[in-house]
Amino acid sequence: MWIEALIAVTMLGAFAAFLAPDKVAGKLAFALSLLPLAGSLWMYSTYEASGNALTGGTLAFEENFQWVVAGPYSLSWHVGLDGISMPLVVLTTVLTTLALLSSWTPIDERQSQFYGLMLFLEAGLLGVFSALDFFLWFVFWEMVLVPMYVLIGVWGGPRRKYAAIKMFVYTNIASLVMFIGFIALVFGLGDSVTSLDMPAVAQALRAGQLQGLGPFGPETLKVLAFFAMFVGFAVKVPVVPFHTWLPDAHVEAPTPVSVMLAGVLLKMGTYALLRFNFTMLPDVARDYAVLIAVFAVVSVIYGAMLALAQSDLKRIVAYSSVSSMGYVILGLVAYTMYGMGGATFQMVAHGLISGLMFMSVGVIYNTTHTRMVSDMSGMASKMPFTVAVFVAGAFGYMGLPLMAGFAAELFIFLGSFGAFAGSVWFTAIAMFGIVIVAGYLLFAMQRTLFGPFELETDYEVGRAPFHDVAPLVVLVLLVILLGVDPNIFFGMIQDAVSPLVPAAGGGH
Amino acid sequence: MAFQLPNWMALAPTLALGLTALVLLLVDSIDPDTTDRGLLAAIATVGSLASAGFAAWYLLAGTGDQPFTLYSEALVVDTMALFFAFVFASVTAMVTVASYDYLRDHAYQAEYYALVTLAATGMTLMAAANSLAVVFVSLELASLPSYALVAILKKNRGSVEAGLKYFLIGALSASVFAYGISLIYGVSGSLVLPEVASSVAQTELTGVLGIGVMMVLGGFAFKTASVPFHFWAPEAYEGAPAPISAFLSSASKAAGFAAAFRVMTVAFPVAAVAEGAAASVDWVLAVQILAVVTMTLGNFAAATQDTVKRMLAYSSVGHAGYALIGLAALTGNNDTFVLAGSMAHLLVYGFMNTGAFLFIALTEHWSIGRRFEDFNGLASQAPFACAAMTVFLFSLAGVPVGGGALSKWFLFAGAVGAGFWWLAAVGVINSALSLYYYSRVVKAMWIEEASGEFAIESRPAGLYAALVTAAVVTVLLLPGFGPVWEFATEAAAALVA
Repeated sequence: MWIEALIAVTMLGAFAAFLAPDKVAGKLAFALSLLPLAGSLWMYSTYEASGNALTGGTLAFEENFQWVVAGPYSLSWHVGLDGISMPLVVLTTVLTTLALLSSWTPIDERQSQFYGLMLFLEAGLLGVFSALDFFLWFVFWEMVLVPMYVLIGVWGGPRRKYAAIKMFVYTNIASLVMFIGFIALVFGLGDSVTSLDMPAVAQALRAGQLQGLGPFGPETLKVLAFFAMFVGFAVKVPVVPFHTWLPDAHVEAPTPVSVMLAGVLLKMGTYALLRFNFTMLPDVARDYAVLIAVFAVVSVIYGAMLALAQSDLKRIVAYSSVSSMGYVILGLVAYTMYGMGGATFQMVAHGLISGLMFMSVGVIYNTTHTRMVSDMSGMASKMPFTVAVFVAGAFGYMGLPLMAGFAAELFIFLGSFGAFAGSVWFTAIAMFGIVIVAGYLLFAMQRTLFGPFELETDYEVGRAPFHDVAPLVVLVLLVILLGVDPNIFFGMIQDAVSPLVPAAGGGH
Repeated sequence: MAFQLPNWMALAPTLALGLTALVLLLVDSIDPDTTDRGLLAAIATVGSLASAGFAAWYLLAGTGDQPFTLYSEALVVDTMALFFAFVFASVTAMVTVASYDYLRDHAYQAEYYALVTLAATGMTLMAAANSLAVVFVSLELASLPSYALVAILKKNRGSVEAGLKYFLIGALSASVFAYGISLIYGVSGSLVLPEVASSVAQTELTGVLGIGVMMVLGGFAFKTASVPFHFWAPEAYEGAPAPISAFLSSASKAAGFAAAFRVMTVAFPVAAVAEGAAASVDWVLAVQILAVVTMTLGNFAAATQDTVKRMLAYSSVGHAGYALIGLAALTGNNDTFVLAGSMAHLLVYGFMNTGAFLFIALTEHWSIGRRFEDFNGLASQAPFACAAMTVFLFSLAGVPVGGGALSKWFLFAGAVGAGFWWLAAVGVINSALSLYYYSRVVKAMWIEEASGEFAIESRPAGLYAALVTAAVVTVLLLPGFGPVWEFATEAAAALVA
């Protein structure tokens, strides 16, 4: 019952925050978010599972009840965690708590609604990472959208309405495309599955029981469904050319919402790609590896180039997400132990690092009220501590050894090098992306943080309050901790990924 | 020995509504000028709740498992009749509760409630009708009060005009419908649905029968606000008092579908009429075309409206298109599932769509304008009502915050399972489009800044009660969809299995 308790506590917390008066809502929400945080850490410490959730592994905290029986199909409340979802659940609770703490300064209107929605968002995310029945999963998947839409639309920047609508329309249409793809597969399986249970569907698909649907034979159906789902999830990730909603959403969203968006929401896309596309239809992934790798590499390079061209600190961080998530796709398509494991690890690492970056940009913005690179210079002399954390985050992004990003990217490159025909070239080009990342981050830092202090703003610049900086410190520590000892998560990730690998005939 | 209820008690949901109407008329004749709107609303609500209670009780007790036929098979009470009776009675209850506040200064209170309950009586009869004559009579019993109700705001030009349009098109389609029935009677020599079915399988007058079937279909298209008899709907829904719009677009539409499901599946089984030796008319194909056109036209028109009420009216046409899938995908592959999908959707729709129109009633009560912009920033003044409206709208769009998501997806899944993946695809595309205009309202309420001050002086208890009930039921139907689906499946199985 632990997963149910986790989601229920978060939901109740959301209602409590919603009903609380504005003055106490922030502190109440923060305090309440410690419950799911403690719960998820406890679950991590007692975690015992082996194998992959969709290929017949034993799961931790599994529950399975019947929900609706519909004709030949049944829906159930089926939740459980394996080595892929456990780290993401921990990531969600950690980042939510920190994001709530970092909201105290910037959020100054309609607070109870804001905090309620943030906790509601957390509940949805926990559901996405733990649900194992397709419909249940889809309910949570869509449930995340609604609070995000309002969070950006109400508390965002000047173009918030446009950004919120764009985010909502893009990702929702993508969900529908994905939905059609998946349902087509289920119907294509005919009588061999009797539920929308993800493990059952995955096993039937991997066993080659697809029969085809209407005019489409099994092979065509597989490919069509694969790409319907791929496009659906690629929008969420986002993969170039489906990424245009992301910078708008990021730039307009208030800092804590950006943290959730980059830190956790984008991972829904890669998590789903891993669970659906790469687990259920490994041979299609294998056949079209080159095409998918092209998407991945273009995202890496193009995202980095776009970041290089930005003059707004937050935009720089936003585009860098496109680039980092490209690595995840590259790791997945490699279809090797290290590739897929590294990709999963990168989801966590990028969640922490991008959260760190957005929060530090937010802290700088809170005091200076500007994010334009051209307006700032020499911030280090006025707010040394914040700047130090920012630099640490940037190093993490560049993949400095002993930080989480390094471990993740190293695994990905190790895994993708030589994984399929032409992968050497893709890996090499993607690795060059790191150089551009280092380039734009160092360039931006040199112009904004160092040199003589100059700032075109009417506000007094000084040290940030403790509750703004504390989450940054925690994140830096976590990034270093994961970099020094990747095995905190990598062991369980490996365990969950390894059953997937031989199916495609991959090695390493 | 257990006490055995007489057979006619199977009609209790209908009788409860009919008696309520009579009691209301009695009260009115004793005291014609009564302004005790509390009493009138209470009678109507208690009556419709009793009716819903009977329906729910019978459903749970399994009364419909063995269908009762009454009055020489003119009426049949099975799970489907009870299922729909529950829908109509619940919608009626919500509408009467909400009308309490809406009719504050209205002159014709008792008539209003009596007409509502009479129309509801007709609707429950439509779901139970087993003979074409009863279908026609009950359809008129449901329609005639509706014409009057739409026009009941006598001093409002919009209301009167809407009532007139509704009545003229209603009269036209009623005559088309009646002519269709007469042709079918001429061919088959019977009005009772199962007997019609057995004679249409062997008839040689396939041409005449075909015309008759198409005309009957036209009559249903009118009642369900489907293309090509849909154009009254936006006018009527917009001009009518908002609770009546809720009533018409939820209950009346569902009644049209209930009758259509029974008549088309029982009297004109696909195998006999479309494919057998005596093939006369492929009405399934016709319904497929209707479904696609209705969905698309309704949704596109809804997307281009300036006022919220009219947008909801057109979106209701769009939903008729979704519900038509239940008939459009009947080919024998997946019939029970598809039909159950439509029925379940109509039940959920009964709550979420009623709720949405009742929210409009609330804004009319507050004299907030009708355009999207007039709703700007309303959430800061009335967060509770706006949260309920958000639930309705997202649920209507198929976002899983309420039962609407499940029922819609089951409907589409049923179409895919029957081999009509393109029908489902059109539905999904339309749903995606619908999210655009539904979220416009959400955006206006929550995200936009208020352009002026709202004069929200009162929180009408009746409207709020109905709104909250609708919202809670809509949300609960998501986790509690299981039993709804079971009953819908049973109801559908009685028709096509």
